[in-house]
Amino acid sequence: MQTKVFQVLADNTSGVISRIASLFSRRGYNIESITAGVTADPRYSRVTIVSSGTSEALEQIEKQLAKLIDVKVVTELAPEDSVYRELALVKVKVSPDQRQNIIAITDIFRGKIVDVAPECLIIEITGGISKIDKFIELLNGYEILELARTGTAGLSRGIENVTYLP
Amino acid sequence: MIGAEAIVKCLEAEGVQYVFGYPGVAICPFYNSILDSDIRTILVRTEQNAAHSASGVARLTDKPGVCAVTSGPGATNIITGIATAYADSIPLVVITGQVNSELLGSDVFQEADITGAVESFVKYSYLVRNADDIPRIFKEAFYIANSGRKGPVLIDIPFDIQNAAVKKFEYPESVNLRTYKPTVKGNSAQIKKVIKELAKAKKPIICIGGGVQLGNAEEVVLDFAEKHGIPMVTTMMGIGTIPTNHPLHFGMVGNNGKPYANKAMNESDVLLMVGARVADRAVSQPDLLMKGKILIHIDVDPAEIGKNAVSSIPLVGDCKNIFEDLAKENLTMDCSDWVYTLNQYKKELKIVRHPNSEYVDPEHFITALTEKMDDDSVYVADVGQNQIFSCAYAQIKNGRFLTSGGMGTMGYSIPAALGAKLAKPERQVVAVCGDGSFQMSMMELATFRQHNIQAKIIVFNNSFLGMVREYQHYTYKDHYSVVNLDGSPNLEKLVSAYDFDYLRLDNNKDATKIINKFLKDKNNVLLEVMIDPMDLVK
Repeated sequence: MQTKVFQVLADNTSGVISRIASLFSRRGYNIESITAGVTADPRYSRVTIVSSGTSEALEQIEKQLAKLIDVKVVTELAPEDSVYRELALVKVKVSPDQRQNIIAITDIFRGKIVDVAPECLIIEITGGISKIDKFIELLNGYEILELARTGTAGLSRGIENVTYLP
Repeated sequence: MIGAEAIVKCLEAEGVQYVFGYPGVAICPFYNSILDSDIRTILVRTEQNAAHSASGVARLTDKPGVCAVTSGPGATNIITGIATAYADSIPLVVITGQVNSELLGSDVFQEADITGAVESFVKYSYLVRNADDIPRIFKEAFYIANSGRKGPVLIDIPFDIQNAAVKKFEYPESVNLRTYKPTVKGNSAQIKKVIKELAKAKKPIICIGGGVQLGNAEEVVLDFAEKHGIPMVTTMMGIGTIPTNHPLHFGMVGNNGKPYANKAMNESDVLLMVGARVADRAVSQPDLLMKGKILIHIDVDPAEIGKNAVSSIPLVGDCKNIFEDLAKENLTMDCSDWVYTLNQYKKELKIVRHPNSEYVDPEHFITALTEKMDDDSVYVADVGQNQIFSCAYAQIKNGRFLTSGGMGTMGYSIPAALGAKLAKPERQVVAVCGDGSFQMSMMELATFRQHNIQAKIIVFNNSFLGMVREYQHYTYKDHYSVVNLDGSPNLEKLVSAYDFDYLRLDNNKDATKIINKFLKDKNNVLLEVMIDPMDLVK
């Protein structure tokens, strides 16, 4: 099993995300995260998909995605040539004596406290998948009330791999 | 002009001659407008068969077949027909009526989310939101259906959009699809590699799939094989691409194919798979397919290459284009020893049947029937034991062999034959089905009668769902479950209600006489052939 990050440039029309998602479910492919948003050119959406499987399955995923009529380009965002980011919002229950400790952990991870209530905090943290996983791990002794993760978004590094669109 | 009239104009612009379908209120504006057109409408008796009939048209005209049904149950009923076309890459344009736009999503009467429901069985689908988009959408739909790897496209059109005013009707000359550009031309470096491997090959073989006919590459592929003396086998969908009795043709492969065809494919050193998916049924031993050989996989769909078998040389493109390029290369080959060996295998590995003389032997019957059929006739095989017998024994000359290969949809043959006959009235079209598959489509006898389309239907009657019975025979030691067709109608009485002639064949003795009578009959005719209920394809 390996994990790959695919970047899909698709027509920004209704139903595109459902077509992509249904492709994964009906062919039994794993989807670890999917994020989508409009690109600088409003005719297109950029969809970042993190998927895992055997190398054969991942090759099929790439081909089947490319086969979708609405999809313009599918490329793999290889870790060495790409930047990945994910954002997470974590709502943690805190007692007054725990508060300082949580703030310290958040600072180490360059997170932000974005909401403070008498009994809980919301922390915003951005980073690669493993950074967020590690942060959550460190909160082990605390009670996480709610967790929202956006899934990975990514771009290739440098100017060489920019996909120009017609 | 309203949306419905615009749809008809689009179909006219595409040269559509027939629309198969079944109306309901949600598609009524369209059926009202089509009355003013020369396009012929054919009322089938259930929606699934509209898609099969359109498939018959598509396969004989190389243009998308068209059907139009209503919303809700009309749309859901046609799904099996769409899935059947999708599995065999048959181009269709399916129009479905839909409830009013403002009611979409509110579960009103006869509303079904058909674009959602068919997502995995269509190449593409549209839900029309604006009547002004109709010309562009139809232009795109016909193009998508009939280019690259062909397949069905569905257009769902709400009732209010069919009635909405279209500002200006202009049918586009060309499509402008930013995201869809199928690869046509094969990569020239890969083509050179293919030639290099073929030049070294001692035991090459070409396996012809359905893509060869879909890509109109029959002649170029055959010319190439003949020029270099390369033997050929076919998949089920490839039957009829080359004449059955061609000296370089070594039969159909697969677990229901000829043993010598499988042996030929497995022992080859260079295997050219052309327009074939390498699907489970077509390959008896997938591991042997890659072992000790160069596998060259030619397909217009890049996703098929490497899906079921890892190829040594993948070659994406239109197979006609690729074989035209291959033919331009210098290549000297001598496969005469290999062809000699294959002919030996053909003699040694011939399956000898032991037919029960009290019934008609399918081998004897199908051989005799297809020998008597016209050179350019169309043989439409259904699904079941009858399909396996048809594949094994039909002698196709310059005609066509149509069947539901990928989906294996029972009841395909009768409506598909109807479409084929309508598209090519001058050609002899014969549907061959079993008593199970016949009863799945027998309502269409009325369609033949209503529209004066000549029907020639053969029913293999063995009083069983034979293919499943055979499976239960081997797997469950004759523990038969839900395969007995007792209660089936008396076919003579049944077809007489539709003014069909009726013929019956009880044993091999009268075969030639009855076959002649059947083929010469100018009326609609059904021939019932009595098969041993215990007969097996293996």
